[in-house]
Amino acid sequence: MSEKLTAKDFATSQEVRWCPGCGDYAILKSVTQALADVGASRENTAFVSGIGCASRFPYYVETYGFHTIHGRAPAVATGLKLANPELDVWVVTGDGDGLSIGGNHLMHALRRNIGLKILLFNNEIYGLTKGQYSPTSRVGTRSPSSPGGSVDTPISPGQFALGAGAKFYARGVDTDKVGLSTVLKQAHAFQGTSLVEIFQNCIVYNVDVFASFTDRKNAANTQLHLKHGEPMLFGENNGKGIHLNRDTLELEVIDATESPDDVLVHDEANKTIARFLIDLHMPVAMGVLYREPSISYEDAFYAHHTSRMKRTKTIGDFIKGPSSWTVD
Amino acid sequence: MAIALNSRASTRTGSHRISESANFVNKNKDVKSVTVRLAGDSGDGIQLMGTQFAVSTALSGADFATFPDYPAEIRAPLGTTFGVSAYQINLGNGPITTPGDAPDVLVAFNPAALKVNLPLLRRGAILVINNDAFTRRNLTKAGYDADPRGDGSLSDYQVVAADIGRMNLEAVKEFGLSKSEGGQCKNFWALGVLLWMFERDLISVEAWVERRLAGKPTMRDANIAALRAGHAFGETAELAASLPQISISPAKAAPGEYRSITGAEALALGLAAAAELADRSVLFCSYPITPASPLLHRLTHLGEMGIGTFQAEDEIAAICAAIGASYGGMIGVTSSSGPGIALKTEAMGLAVNAELPLVIVNWQRGGPSTGLPTKTEQSDLYQAVYGRNADTPIPVLAASTSGDCFYMAIEAVRIALRHMTPVILLADGYLSNAAEPWKIPDVAAIPPIECNPVPDSDESPQRIAFTRDDASLGRPWVTPGMPGMMHRIGGLEKDVATGHISYDPANHQTMTDLRAQKVESVANFIPDQQMEMGPDSGDLVVVGWGSTYGPIYQAARATGASYIHIRHINPLPKNLGDLLSGFDKVLVPEMNTGQLSTLLRDKLNATPISFPKVTGQPFLISELVDKIEALAKGASS
Repeated sequence: MSEKLTAKDFATSQEVRWCPGCGDYAILKSVTQALADVGASRENTAFVSGIGCASRFPYYVETYGFHTIHGRAPAVATGLKLANPELDVWVVTGDGDGLSIGGNHLMHALRRNIGLKILLFNNEIYGLTKGQYSPTSRVGTRSPSSPGGSVDTPISPGQFALGAGAKFYARGVDTDKVGLSTVLKQAHAFQGTSLVEIFQNCIVYNVDVFASFTDRKNAANTQLHLKHGEPMLFGENNGKGIHLNRDTLELEVIDATESPDDVLVHDEANKTIARFLIDLHMPVAMGVLYREPSISYEDAFYAHHTSRMKRTKTIGDFIKGPSSWTVD
Repeated sequence: MAIALNSRASTRTGSHRISESANFVNKNKDVKSVTVRLAGDSGDGIQLMGTQFAVSTALSGADFATFPDYPAEIRAPLGTTFGVSAYQINLGNGPITTPGDAPDVLVAFNPAALKVNLPLLRRGAILVINNDAFTRRNLTKAGYDADPRGDGSLSDYQVVAADIGRMNLEAVKEFGLSKSEGGQCKNFWALGVLLWMFERDLISVEAWVERRLAGKPTMRDANIAALRAGHAFGETAELAASLPQISISPAKAAPGEYRSITGAEALALGLAAAAELADRSVLFCSYPITPASPLLHRLTHLGEMGIGTFQAEDEIAAICAAIGASYGGMIGVTSSSGPGIALKTEAMGLAVNAELPLVIVNWQRGGPSTGLPTKTEQSDLYQAVYGRNADTPIPVLAASTSGDCFYMAIEAVRIALRHMTPVILLADGYLSNAAEPWKIPDVAAIPPIECNPVPDSDESPQRIAFTRDDASLGRPWVTPGMPGMMHRIGGLEKDVATGHISYDPANHQTMTDLRAQKVESVANFIPDQQMEMGPDSGDLVVVGWGSTYGPIYQAARATGASYIHIRHINPLPKNLGDLLSGFDKVLVPEMNTGQLSTLLRDKLNATPISFPKVTGQPFLISELVDKIEALAKGASS
């Protein structure tokens, strides 16, 4: 690639068919911006998706794209990445696609650490099938399939990921272009499976479900933007900080100006703190919660495969088997 | 067979003889062949013993066919009838195409093995029994009220009751093994006896033991000692005249170089050959399942042929990863058995809609549900041809013998790449494990596998990706990484010309028709159906498919019936309808309730006579002969 591509170069001519006001539009902009910023090449980038509103994504990105079947995108993407490890392979999924019907594939992609950039659009609802509660819906969610309120305990995408052995877990908000594209670039740079949970507002079936912490007016007080090696500060003028109560093993909010030394410093590789951060409800942790560099599955696969998937012998070397005999 | 066996044996000096009056009853139309069955607990090493005997048979130049018949339980409780594992081999101077109907020799390691297998034997068969296992406790576990050795129930057989357990322990005593470790050598002791019976030397088996147990010198030496002791036991005639020595002259095979091969080995080599012929790598993605796993195991040894193996988290992930690999430009292959194939169904539709190449191998087994995992059946033909949601046609092939798995693997890849479609290759549990002598082919003589080229065009990449060849309706294989060709594919219906998503009613009709025509067009590329045997018109033709090839071949040979064996199931060869209409009766034996019969009625308007069998056991030649003869009589009366 000689000339530098812009976000516009990654847009297709296809008419975008999400509902007006859907958070997906903002995510699309952040993704194309991130692709431009990291200098991605269009022909060496592929977007693979499953089924759901989010999974329409590949049609709107001017790269290779494969809109597969419900829940199976991580599996298809795994085959693609193994066939051509030079590709940047992105997976776009949702809370239903990735954590319900496709939970098994997401789990195994994460524990293998294969080089997929997985974007999980979490809106806590099934949108494309018209509003049923999803595996991330909170207890009591009223929907066409749960008119009296859902009774299922929701799954935590972050705890799921770490439980599965994920090496990279990050979060962003659909409309926070700066924060999200920063996270996407970090996800892109990671060698292995990076899971980015994006809080996405479904304006039709679950509007403002995340408003308590995504509302821009109050975001400084409700979001904790993590940076590796820096103290966990938030609030007006970073006046508040996160402290680990060593007696109860819980995170607490403290006044950072009073006791700055008690504020936790973010260490991305600390899995225990990452688990606490996932469960922190106010503020909600954003950015890279956990990152642990490790060999990627495709590197291990090719290293194990001594000929690196190339033919170095001919069929004649194998066809006779361990012993043969001749009939005259 | 008894007479042939006797006359050959009697010409040999130093051989024990079976008296001319030995009461062999020749129900089998096979001649000059001997069927040997080995049976014991699943931990007795029966399969290993059988495999080594088969290798020795191959090297002796005899023709043979094997049938590993093992239980679903890995280690069932010792001494029980449901834990009995067996290995059957039919050997002779050929052509041998089946593992044999009724065994002439049974080696039974315990009462349960005797109980289960005795009904299979022909009267007069030789019965080698391990005396040491005939304890009160084992007899009870096997369900015997009285010891069969003493109550006259074995009087129709030539019983050789030997203290195999004790003599084996004696032979390995010097190695200081525990009783349990020493006992593990008894399959080699018995193999020694068997090799003596068939006038074999011990070289190949000893060489194998040397290699296999190189890291365990004590067990290596003990097993070789047991083998030699068993061999010497036969030779020094401690058995008096009860054990015959059986000599099989080499088969009259066509000149050439041969090897022993199982279906799993042949299919693995076929995929490797196809990779070479297509100049592509293969990504094989599968999830372990009986009896499909041997193919996965074989392929892990073919990395230098550009084959990668990916063990997926489930059946669905396996086929999806294979689809992803095909999308990425490798030949994606997945393999399973019926229940796993059922799980893959939705993804097959994706490959059809996205017009991607893919090979799906189904090693069929008894069903429904978990069914009979270790027993063979041909009951997934409907599933392969008809078993998907919507109008989702897929070409279907069926391998007829273990060796044929090689050629059908190449054919499956060829069709997949030419037509850009998934292809189902039907095999079964019998083929997966059964070994036969196989003439090693000249791969250089097999035409290369062509892919549709990407046209040089100013059109949009989306359109170019779906510009189809007129004859095959296959599209070019455009893969991520190709500059300037970025486009989108998926499971949604797309416009026939532009390749963009389309909900247009007329377009869906066009695309549905196109998908059907594409599969039908395969018939224009495949050879006409040939007669396997006999005249191409007349009173009766037997029509088979898949692994029933062996018994039907022998039954047709014995009766002189015409025989057609179908390897292209969907679409059927174009001349098949005309061929069948030249016969008054079309007999279709198959190991299901009549699925090929249905297909022939559906596709060709034929009126076949179905001869189904679903016992989990292959057809006997004798039951096919009886059926053919009964139908022939019906014609003359």
